[in-house]
Amino acid sequence: MVPISAYLILAAVLFGIGSVGVLVSRNMIIMFMSVELMLNAANMALVAFSRALNLMDGHVIVFLVLTIAAAEAAVGLALIVALFRNRESVDIDRFNLMKW
Amino acid sequence: MTVDTVIFFISAAVAAFGATMMIAQRNPVASVLYMILSLVAQAVCYVQLGALFIGAVLVIVYAGAIMVLFLFVIMLLNLRGSEDLGGPSTPVSLTTKLLVPVLLVAELVFIVRSAFTEAASTGIMAAPEAGFGEVASVARLLLTRYLYPFELTGILLLVAIVGAVVMARRERGDEAGGTGVGVSASDRTPTGGSD
Repeated sequence: MVPISAYLILAAVLFGIGSVGVLVSRNMIIMFMSVELMLNAANMALVAFSRALNLMDGHVIVFLVLTIAAAEAAVGLALIVALFRNRESVDIDRFNLMKW
Repeated sequence: MTVDTVIFFISAAVAAFGATMMIAQRNPVASVLYMILSLVAQAVCYVQLGALFIGAVLVIVYAGAIMVLFLFVIMLLNLRGSEDLGGPSTPVSLTTKLLVPVLLVAELVFIVRSAFTEAASTGIMAAPEAGFGEVASVARLLLTRYLYPFELTGILLLVAIVGAVVMARRERGDEAGGTGVGVSASDRTPTGGSD
């Protein structure tokens, strides 16, 4: 039997990899996927606790998070398409109008 | 070492590998494919935790639909990974960007290790009750106790679709300049009012 702490550590590692992706990557699409990865890491922790406490409410929360991730992906990709039309680039450093 | 443990270590390693390769790729298409690999490995972990329905949904919806949406957009924008994405970042900036997440993970691992001592980690995992994580029992919860949040997600998806269409739409008369702005502003109003 794998202890729950192993799953939580896996979730922490995935979250860390996702945050490295957001900070290091210059490509907007890869940054966006890293955010999705961080959402999934949180889901992993929810499912692990759900199993540990023998409550299925965590599964319902994960389901809701998945639908929100789908909505976020649709809106975010539409934003990326609109931004790409504007600048012909997905380089995040080129979108610096609001940077002081 | 039981079969369970072996499966966990393999899928955890594949999930972390896929995630690492995802952020290391220059070509976004390869990046999406590594993300799908990572998601499938995560779904194996979900199934191990008894979350059969969520594991299936992760593969079908996430790997099957959302990642394909990413692929569509990458191909629509015709990205090949050969774009000029600026010069390399300075060593100080790169070190900071790597150090902060590493510290975060170290902290989280420390918290998990101190919160779950050996006795607690084995004692807390009681055998799941019958039907745990199966479609019928998750659906029962979704349609009784969590009915209103469940219905609200439907509205959320509708709003998201309308929002995505409004934002990604090519505005008419974009090239025409000054007059185009007035046209697009006036025909955006009915769409904005409907959601």
